[in-house]
Amino acid sequence: MTKLPEAIEELLNATLVSELTVLDGRGRPVTYPLIPLYDGNKIYMTSSVLFSKKLEHIKRDPRVSVTISDPVAARVEPFRRATIQGLAQVVEDDLHSGWERVMPLWTAKEPVISDLVKKRFAMPLFWERSIIEIVPTRAFLWDTGETSRPPQVFELGEAA
Amino acid sequence: MARSTVRDHALFEDIAVYSHAVLAYTDDSGHPVNVATSFRGDEQRGVIVLDNPAIPLAPGPGAEVNVTFSHIRPYPSVGYDQRRYVSVWGTVSTANGTLEVTPSRTHGWDEERMSFFELCERSVPSAHRYLRKLSAERGETVKPTMALGWLFFLATRVPFLTATFVPVLLGAVIARADGYSAWWRMLLALIGASAIHLGLNVANDVSDATSGADDANVNPTMFSGGSRVIQYGLVSLRAMRVTSLVCYAIGIAVGLYLTALAGPQLLWIGAAGLFLSIFYTAPPLRLVHRGLGEICVALGFGPIMVLGTYYVIAERLSFEALYASLPVGLLIMLVLYVNQIPDRPADEKAGKRTIVVRLGREAIVAGYAVSVAAAYLLIIAGAVFGVMPVGTLVALATIPLAVQVYRGIDSHYDSPYELMGAMGKNIQLHLFTGLALVAGYIIAIVL
Repeated sequence: MTKLPEAIEELLNATLVSELTVLDGRGRPVTYPLIPLYDGNKIYMTSSVLFSKKLEHIKRDPRVSVTISDPVAARVEPFRRATIQGLAQVVEDDLHSGWERVMPLWTAKEPVISDLVKKRFAMPLFWERSIIEIVPTRAFLWDTGETSRPPQVFELGEAA
Repeated sequence: MARSTVRDHALFEDIAVYSHAVLAYTDDSGHPVNVATSFRGDEQRGVIVLDNPAIPLAPGPGAEVNVTFSHIRPYPSVGYDQRRYVSVWGTVSTANGTLEVTPSRTHGWDEERMSFFELCERSVPSAHRYLRKLSAERGETVKPTMALGWLFFLATRVPFLTATFVPVLLGAVIARADGYSAWWRMLLALIGASAIHLGLNVANDVSDATSGADDANVNPTMFSGGSRVIQYGLVSLRAMRVTSLVCYAIGIAVGLYLTALAGPQLLWIGAAGLFLSIFYTAPPLRLVHRGLGEICVALGFGPIMVLGTYYVIAERLSFEALYASLPVGLLIMLVLYVNQIPDRPADEKAGKRTIVVRLGREAIVAGYAVSVAAAYLLIIAGAVFGVMPVGTLVALATIPLAVQVYRGIDSHYDSPYELMGAMGKNIQLHLFTGLALVAGYIIAIVL
């Protein structure tokens, strides 16, 4: 698998929110704003069981697309936009604490989260979470943020 | 439960505040693609006009697409606010190099219209559905978990024990001021009264779960709406019933032992307390459903606990102890009174006709002012007429806190989460005023 280009990696690390599109049971796109986490290879998102519809969709069809679109949420200079297609997997062997393995990435992006986790007893179901693990397969980069202009396309190969 | 905050009748107004749209569709291989683009709403024609993004395999005419508008305002290293999104589905057509989407359905959330906590509460049924599916897939029960200590803490609502500590301490120091001292008996009284209090808290949750009051409540706070352990699937109804019975059994056993030590009159005081505690929620009386909850709480956590503790130590009754219990009883009554304000829509739905459900906003706010003023007048009159030591006037120092609670209720009556500040201060008001009364008696003992 080829790595994502640096310009997209920087965007993924900087943005607070992205839009994840999955396919519903009838193959129609459904989009969810979610915090993307990136470890240099895969994109991770976490989802509470409270908001679990997307997990059911991904289990049915793992094809997903992630776009980073918002200049307010993604503070990079110069601003750019990207779309990453990939294959997703739901990891939920341990809903209670399995997701804690992405905590270092999450805390780096959203420091307040570690304080909220300490008070997890106040919102127990919110902290029963699955990890969405995305292997990028293709990426589009608009280095000026203007999506009306043709993007650079990066074929990253199929997921192993 | 409905979770979308999108106003379909004002969709174009709702999307106008966003800086861009995200168009999502499936490419020719069936893989989803999403891409940002600029947009404008054409309300007259009922279409969303999108600039055609320069991306391979853009959607063709007639394709069903999803258009999402999303916004968040980050505060680096702190958090974020202004979370909102609108998602629209519809078929796409092309016109003059643009894409036009005719909305057919919508979904979305705006935290200024529905708090995140309410969104979570409204999503509890879908979490349970997911966990049931997961259990079926795995062939084993998958349920939320929590450490046993936290579960007990949550289920019994331990922090509310200040309501018991204050009257027991007050009864003990009044007995000491009268020359009676038996601290280990006070400790036993504290254990017994606490056990009954925790048993009542759990029984109240069981009652609100079976009546549907807690299920219907989508705005619980840390002070109201019950412990939620049943609603979240953390503890079964049966386990809660057993916990309540065990707490009551401990409380009754301690009470009987103290009766054997102190004298038979304690039996009547204890029986009155137990009666109010059980029939607070239990049928056929269900006193809290009849608007009598406040009176039960005022009596139970005021005269019954103060006099009961006094009797356990002094082995006699006391008019002074009864009098001193009145302001404490009034203030704990006001804790329940205020905490029921955010619960009133759900309580009403479940037929739990509390005072707050029965009366209107103006009467409830005025009722708070009158009751809290009565508590302070009792303290002043008690000191002036020598029923209580002059030192208990130190309790008047909490008047500014009472004023803050009053203003909080008046300002945030209809906003459960904004009311939390006033609810917290109201609990402090009972605690600090009660401890100030205790301090007043200690000053009298020392001097």
